[in-house]
Order: sequence, then C-alpha cells, then structure tokens
Amino acid sequence: MTSHRPGPPPSQGHEPTDPGEPPASSEPAAAAAATSSSAVPASPDGWPDRLADALAFVRRRITGDYSIDDFGYDQDFTRSVVLPPLRLLYEKWFRVQTLGLHNIPDSGGALIVANHSGTVPMDAAMLTVAIHDHHPQHRPPRLLAADLVFDTPVLGPLARKAGGTLACNPDAERLLAAGELVSVFPEGFKGVGKPYRQRYRLQRFGRGGFVSAALLRGVPIIPCSIVGAEEIYPLLGNIPQLARALGLPYFPVTPTFPLLGPLGAIPLPSKWLIEFGEPIRTDEFGPGAAEDPMVVFNLSDQVRETIQQSLYRLLLQRGHPFFG
Amino acid sequence: MAGSIVLVTGVTRFLGSSLAGRLSALPQIERVIGVDAALPDAQARERMGTAEFVRADIRSPLISRVIDRAEVDTVVHASATATPPSSAARTLTKEMNVIGTMQLLAACQRARQVRHLVVRSTAAVYGGSSRDPAVFAEGDEPRSVPSSGPARDAVDIEGYLRGFARRRPDVRVAVPRFSEIIGPTVRTPLTRYFSLSPFVPVLLGRDARMQLVHEQDAVEVMLRLALGDAAGTVNVAGAGTLTLRQAIRRAGRIPMPMLPGTIGLLGRALRTARIGGFSPEQVALLAHGRVLDTTRLRDDVGIALRYSTEQAFADFVGSLAPAVLPAAVRAVESGLLSAVGARRPVGTDGADAAAAQSPTGPSRPRLVSIHGEKIR
Repeated sequence: MTSHRPGPPPSQGHEPTDPGEPPASSEPAAAAAATSSSAVPASPDGWPDRLADALAFVRRRITGDYSIDDFGYDQDFTRSVVLPPLRLLYEKWFRVQTLGLHNIPDSGGALIVANHSGTVPMDAAMLTVAIHDHHPQHRPPRLLAADLVFDTPVLGPLARKAGGTLACNPDAERLLAAGELVSVFPEGFKGVGKPYRQRYRLQRFGRGGFVSAALLRGVPIIPCSIVGAEEIYPLLGNIPQLARALGLPYFPVTPTFPLLGPLGAIPLPSKWLIEFGEPIRTDEFGPGAAEDPMVVFNLSDQVRETIQQSLYRLLLQRGHPFFG
Repeated sequence: MAGSIVLVTGVTRFLGSSLAGRLSALPQIERVIGVDAALPDAQARERMGTAEFVRADIRSPLISRVIDRAEVDTVVHASATATPPSSAARTLTKEMNVIGTMQLLAACQRARQVRHLVVRSTAAVYGGSSRDPAVFAEGDEPRSVPSSGPARDAVDIEGYLRGFARRRPDVRVAVPRFSEIIGPTVRTPLTRYFSLSPFVPVLLGRDARMQLVHEQDAVEVMLRLALGDAAGTVNVAGAGTLTLRQAIRRAGRIPMPMLPGTIGLLGRALRTARIGGFSPEQVALLAHGRVLDTTRLRDDVGIALRYSTEQAFADFVGSLAPAVLPAAVRAVESGLLSAVGARRPVGTDGADAAAAQSPTGPSRPRLVSIHGEKIR
C-alpha cells in the first residue's frame, strides 16, 4: 500500500507570497493556535503560471498520467480540483479557525474522531481543508464514509479520489496500519441529520468499531470538536416519504430548502471553530483489548465525553453563531 | 520420484499453452500432457514446446482415463474460470467451467497418484459493491456474492474445490485468484474492451479501481504453484491500482459516459455488428472495482511479480494504436502556453495550429507583457 506523503505541490517553485493570494488565516486567534501556516496553498505568481498549471493538470488527466493508491486516493486531483473551492468556503464563507493542530502527529497512524452535524456533511470537507492546509506536514486526512456515498454516482468516485473510503473496520485498520491519518464521524447519519433544536448534543457513537480499530493498531485517538456546522442548514423537519422514495436516510426541510429551491443549497455563513484535542493513547491497553467490549465501550465514552465538553467550551468561546 | 507428470487443461488458450511449454522445458518434469476440447492453433502449439497434446473434453469421462493411463501426479486446471470468448458463448462457457471442473475433480478424486492440484480462480469471487471494503484479503467474506456470470461460476468452482480438499486431504490444492490478466498476447473481454476506439463506454458517474496481472506473471505464478508447496487460496495482482477511466486515458482513448441501461445495448450492438463488443458483466463488475491484498503471495508463497498494474497495462497498450496521442496533447498544451506567453513551455514544438484555438490567446496580450514575454 502506498501512502502519499504530500511534499510541496508539484510545479510550484515560485515565491509563495503574492499580492493576489489570499492569506491562509486572517483571524488573529488562528495565530494563537501557533500551527496555522500560510505557506500551504502557495499559488503560482501570475495568471500565466496558473494557466500553465491548469493546462499541465488537464494534460495529465487526458493522458492518465497520475497515480492513485489502493483506496483510490488521487493526490493530484484532490489538490487541483477538490480543495480549491472548499478552501474558499473555509476561508471566506465559514471563516474557520483551527485550534490544536499540534495534537496531530507529524507521521504515523492516528484516528481523528469528530462530531458530525449540518444536514449535509460539510464538516467532513472543512476538516479535510483544515488538516490538509494547516497541518505542518499537510497530511491528507483519510475520511471514512457511509456506503450511501459510494453508492451514489459521481459522489462515490469523487469521495474515493479525495481520500475517502468505506467506514468499515477492515479499511480503517488497513489505513491505520499503513500509517495514515484516518478520520471518522461515529455518529453517522444520526449526527448529521439531527434536528436543529438538538444542536451540539452528541448522538450515540455507534458500536465503537472505530475504537477497536485504533486499539488493534495501537494508534492514538484524537478527539475533534467542530463548532459551526450545525447552523449551516438548520434542520427543521424531515419528509420521511420523500426520503424513502429517494433512498435517503432523511429528506431535510430547512428555512431555505425546499422553499427556495436550488438557492436553499447555499449554506448559511456561520462562524466555525475546529479544535483537535489531546491524543488519547491506545497502546497501553495490552494485547486483546480490541476484543474486550468493556475497554472498547469505556474508551468510546471517554472520547465522546471529551468532544461534548469541548463543544460546550468552544460554543462559549465563539459567541454569536454568525458574527462570533 | 522419477519426475513429475503434469496435466494442463486449456492449452488452446494463452495461459494453458505457455504453462505447458514452460513446464516441458524443466528437467524435473518427465511428461507434460496438454488437453483441450479443441485443437490448439499454430501459435498455441508453438508455445507448448515439447508438451504432448491430447484432444479430450474435460466434461467427458475420457479425462479420467488420460489421468490414469499417464499416471499424472500434478493437475493444473488453467482453463477453469476462463473468460468466455464472447458473451454469446456464455452457456457453453458455464458448462465448460463448472461441469468441466466437476468432472476433472471427480477424475482426480479417483486417481490415487494425483498429489498436486492447481485450479485457476478469479478475483471476481470477491464481488465488489459499495458495501465491500476497498481491499480484499484471502480470508475476507464478500458482502455481495456474485449471483450470475463467470464470477458465480468461480464461486461455485471454489466450493467444489473445498469439497475435494476435504475428501482428499493428501492432495495439495492451490487456488490462485487472479485479477484481470492483460498483456500483448492474451485476448480477454477486457482487452477487447480497451481495444474499442476512439470512444470506450464507461458507466456514468462511476469509476472503478482495478488491478491487472501481466500474462507472463500469470504463467509464472501458475508454474510456481504447480511445482511449489503452497496450498490454499492466494490473491494474484500486480502492485498498484489504476482507475478504469485512467486506464482508458492511458490507452489513448476517450471514456464515453453512458447510462447503465444503454451500455448493455451498445455492447450487444457492437457484438452484432462484429466490431468488437464486450460483455455487460465486464462493465458491471468494473463499476465498483476491487483491489487485492497480495501480502500472502509475496510473503507466504514467495512470488514477486515482475510487472506492476501500471507496467502490465503499459505493456498491453504498446500493442494498441492510440486514438489520442500523448505527444499531440503535449503539443497542444505547449502551443496554448506559448500563445499566451507563459514562462514554462512544456513541449518541444510550437504547434501554431493549436495556438489558434487558444481561448485567451490573442485577446489579452497586455497582461502577458507584465512578465516581459514576447507574444508569438
């Protein structure tokens, strides 16, 4: 299995500072995180260079001159197509502030466990940008996603290209064993599709499969709390008949959707905070711990409680959901 | 032991005939008997070297007499789960694959002197769906067992093999599960699929990961399993992965997205028109793709394949005439770049004709001059 260590993006040997380039983090508090780096999305100097990069990218796509790993992660595609629009949302729309990036190890396997919310899993996308752009090693987080994602045309291949794979223990264990940074949302649909009035209240953490995967590989669990995603599409109701007809877990009714049609797809510009907590070690439990349901449940609860507490703290810190 | 006597099935096909030829050249092998229901053509005959040929249908009891008379101790069933030459021959293929394997196993069970059995299987037994893990190891149970087609045959054949192994514990049974075999010589539904030109139909909004085995590597693996002491199932796939569309691009072709319904129609139409054709099962199986964990092949069996997936495909592509030339794409790129005066020209020649197509070319010369570049 190959693990794509992102070196400096290809064909970018130019000055990273450019008047046309948006600063990676303009928030003063982001500097306090001391890990945010503005050198990441080093865009080339001028538009001829951007054009040259774009053309080179198109040429690589037309001739198939790129490589993917066993899970389908396509670094070239992710950096050139997936991340740029998400980066705009991250920086301009949600003004995401990322804290505690030093808790993510520079190398080796680790499991990031985050809360899930927002009707549409935008938090997964923002988490990807946060780690990819602002971690000193620019590690690509490998997201675990539901089978519904991979069942959906277009979205399925896209999720694989962006580094996602099916949320199942064999895949998680394989990625962790290969020293990848895996992130998971154990609440699943229960979290992302919960009503607005239950915002920031963590749902059940599944069966704790993520804990046993981390225990088996002895990698640290990094709790991650995401504040802001709850407000992007406040879920007021659900149309179960439509959901059943479309084969979806829920059919959302938000203040703008389906009322305004396609305009309802525009997320509300809430203010986001993403915090990575202290890593929880799993290599001290000894062999067989992954098979011990008590250890798994306790650890799962501990992670859940940690995320819940930091959510409350971050909510206070943020203040107003949109202007905070 | 005076020397092995090996029976190889399917010697009209590439894998069987090459394997028979390789075996017959080895000093520790006394006799190699190649069987098939049809006569091998001149090329297959040449590949077989000094191996003998017996025309026998493995579905008939004749095969039992061949095994007994020649006192065969190693049976290599290279034609099990062979891919059908055309989808029209599907019923016949199923008959050959499943019934033929059952007859062969029945003959082997009676033959006391048989000690080694190698049966070629396919990675298709893992199925492949959105609910399956991304990478399959030998022990993994697929969530979606294939319900029809050659994949189903392979699942059935492996079932019979488990039964055989239980009844004859003294026989070493090795079952290699091959990814798609590719190379300049073999002709499979997949090679025909990639030979379509210039458009190759793909499923709209889907892209599968796939792994390939080079034909030479496939022969080598069969040979090593026939002579070695490895037993049980083992995954065989070239290292690395390509997506279906990426492979089509690398073959110098253009993927043409189609709805799932229409792609089957197109396949039938192409077959009727005898242009090329491909089996719809092939495409359906490539909707989700599968990647194999080959740790067992490398560490336990001790075989390192010479070709990675990319190298195997490149070797196959060398035998095709590309519709889209990489050099032409490069020329267009450098033409566009030189038209706008960007600093890093890519190709070698200017390609002025391509420059005329540039959307930004002549209209924005002033911006270019900031960098002090001359406009052509």
